[in-house]
Amino acid sequence: MTSDDVLVRLTAVDKRFTKSKETITIFEKLDLAIASGDFIAVMGPSGSGKTTLLNLLGGIDRPSAGEIRFAGERIDGLPESRLAHWRAGHIGFIFQFYNLMPMLTAAQNVELPLLLTSLGGKDRRRRVEAALAVVNLADRARHYPREMSGGQQQRVAIARAVVADPGLLLCDEPTGDLDRSNADEILEVLRLLNREMGKTIVMVTHDPAAAKYAKRTLHLDKGRFSERDLAA
Amino acid sequence: MRSLLLQIAATIKINLKSLPQRFWLSLSTVVAVGLVVVVLLSFLAMANGFRQAVKGSGSEDIAIVLRGGSRSELNSTISRDQIRLIEEAPGVARNAEGKPLVSAELYLVVDGLKRATGTKANLPLRGIGPMGAALRKSITLAQGRMFEPGSNEIVVGKGLLAEYRGFELGSTVKFGTTRWTVVGVFEAGGSVFESEIWADLPVVQSLFNRTNFFQTVRARLTGPQAIAALKRYNDEDPRLKLDVKTENEYFADQSSNTTDLIQKLGWPLAIAMAFGALAGALNTMYSSVAARTVEIATLRAIGFGAFPAFVGTLVESLVLSALGGVLGAGATFVFFHGLTASTLGESFTQVVFSFTLTPALALQGIVLALVVGLVGGLFPAIRAARLPIVAGLQG
Repeated sequence: MTSDDVLVRLTAVDKRFTKSKETITIFEKLDLAIASGDFIAVMGPSGSGKTTLLNLLGGIDRPSAGEIRFAGERIDGLPESRLAHWRAGHIGFIFQFYNLMPMLTAAQNVELPLLLTSLGGKDRRRRVEAALAVVNLADRARHYPREMSGGQQQRVAIARAVVADPGLLLCDEPTGDLDRSNADEILEVLRLLNREMGKTIVMVTHDPAAAKYAKRTLHLDKGRFSERDLAA
Repeated sequence: MRSLLLQIAATIKINLKSLPQRFWLSLSTVVAVGLVVVVLLSFLAMANGFRQAVKGSGSEDIAIVLRGGSRSELNSTISRDQIRLIEEAPGVARNAEGKPLVSAELYLVVDGLKRATGTKANLPLRGIGPMGAALRKSITLAQGRMFEPGSNEIVVGKGLLAEYRGFELGSTVKFGTTRWTVVGVFEAGGSVFESEIWADLPVVQSLFNRTNFFQTVRARLTGPQAIAALKRYNDEDPRLKLDVKTENEYFADQSSNTTDLIQKLGWPLAIAMAFGALAGALNTMYSSVAARTVEIATLRAIGFGAFPAFVGTLVESLVLSALGGVLGAGATFVFFHGLTASTLGESFTQVVFSFTLTPALALQGIVLALVVGLVGGLFPAIRAARLPIVAGLQG
C-alpha cells in the first residue's frame, strides 16, 4: 500500500478512560492504515475496543495520544465545530439499531446529512431519491420507520449514510439486529457500495458470516490487531 | 449560515414531532404554565375591571369639590355658604335660565345583603338634587322611573341590583327606621354609579337627621380648562379652602390604591406559582433531552452542530409554555372576563365591577409563560448541546 492509497492512518494511538479513579487502557501505540476502497471487518471479543476504534475513525471520539490522519489531514486535534463539519463531508455512520428519527419519513431521514450541504431543495430531493433507489427502497420514501421491517430500516440508514457521498462508511454491527436473510441483504448492499461505488468501509461485527463479505478482517484483542486476509 | 438554519429547522421539527411520545409530561407542563397565567390574568383583569369602573365614572368637564384634605366623599363636609360661593365661581357653567349647573350631594352608608353569600355589605346611598343625574354621563333609566322629589323613593344602579338582594323594581327596603320604595333602575355605562342608590337630597337629609349638611358638590365646567380658574378662585377665597378636582382626577385617585393592592397581590402570587411551573418545565425538558439522547447524538455524529441541538430544545420548551400561556389566557377569558364582583372602595362602600381582560393583559400573561419556558428550557438545552456523542449513542 503506497502512501497515496492510504485514506486513514492511525499512528501510535493511545486511548485511555478514567473510571472511578481507575485508568483503563483500550489502545496503546496502535497503528493502522486503511486504503482507499478497502472493506475491512473488525472482529474481536466484547470490550476489545472495536466500537472505540470506529468512534476514533469517525471523529466522534479523540485519542489520548497519537495522531489520526484522513486523506493526509490530521483530524484528531480539530475543534469540535470543524470536526462536525469534517464528519458531515467525509463520514457515513451505520448503527446496529439504525438510529433513524422515528417521527421523520424515510426520505426525511435520508435528507438529514444533506441539510449540512449547500444543496438546494430540488437537488436534495434528487439525491434522496437516488440514495433510496440504491438500497431498493424508492417506493418507501414516504413511510415512517415504524411502518418498515428491521432490514428496511437498516437500508434507510445506509441510504442516509451514503447520500452525501462520504468517502468512508463506518458500520457498527450493522446486521446485529437482523435475521440471516435480512443480514445478507444488508451485506450485499455494503459490498455493492464498496465494489461499484468505491466506498471505503470499516465494519465492526461479531458475525463471521458477515466478515466474509469484507476484503479483509482485522482481529482486535486487548488493544492489538492480528490480521488475516479473508478476501482470497 | 443557510446550513445552520436548515439544521435548526430540522432539529426543531424533530423535537416538536416527537412531542406525542411525551404527551402526558408535556401536557402537564402546558397545564402548569396555563394555571400560572390564569392566576396572574384573573388578578390583572380584576384590577383592570375595578380601574375601568371607577375611572370610567369621571368626566373632564365636571368638577368635584370636597372638604380640604378629604380622601373621599364619606369624610367630607361642605356648608351651605360654601355651596353658594361655588355656584358663583368662575368656570362654572349655567343653563339657559342662567342657573349654575351645580349639584350639592349627601353620601351615606346603608346596609345591603349580598346575593351570593347573604352577608351584609356597605352600600352607598346618595342624596341628589334636580341636577344630580344630569351632571353624570350616560345615565339612562333601564326600568321604572326617577324618584319623585319629597318622597321616600329610590332608584338603584343596575350593578347593585345584580349583586344585592331586595332591590327589585317595586320592592320596599328598610334603611334604619325608614322604608323606601324602589321605583327605578338606572344604567351608567358600567361606571361606579351603577353601584349606588339615589334618593331625593332633602328627604335623605331629613330622614337621616342631616339637615343643612352636604358632603360634595359637583359642578359642570364651561370646559375642561375651566378647572384652573375654579381652583384659583378656591385658593384665593379664605372662606373656601376646599379640594377641587376634575371627576377624572378624583376617580383616578380613588382607584389607584385598590388596583395597586390587587396587582401587588396578583404578581407575587403568580411569580410564586411560576417557580412551581418552572420546576415542572425543567423536569419535562430534562426528560425530553433524556428521551432524545440517541437522536441528538445521532444528529451530532452525522455532522449537526451543538447549537441546533440547543435551539431545538429551547424552542420545544418555548412552544409548550406558549401553549400554556394561550390556554391560560383563553381560560381566563372564558371563565373570568365579564364576571361581576364587588369590593370595598375608598368610601368604605361596595363598588360593583366586571373583570376585564384586554389583549394587552393577555400579552403580559403570555410573556410570563414564555419567561417560564425560556428559563425552564435553558439548562436542558445546554445539556443537549453538551451531550457527549459517544455516551449519547450508547443511550
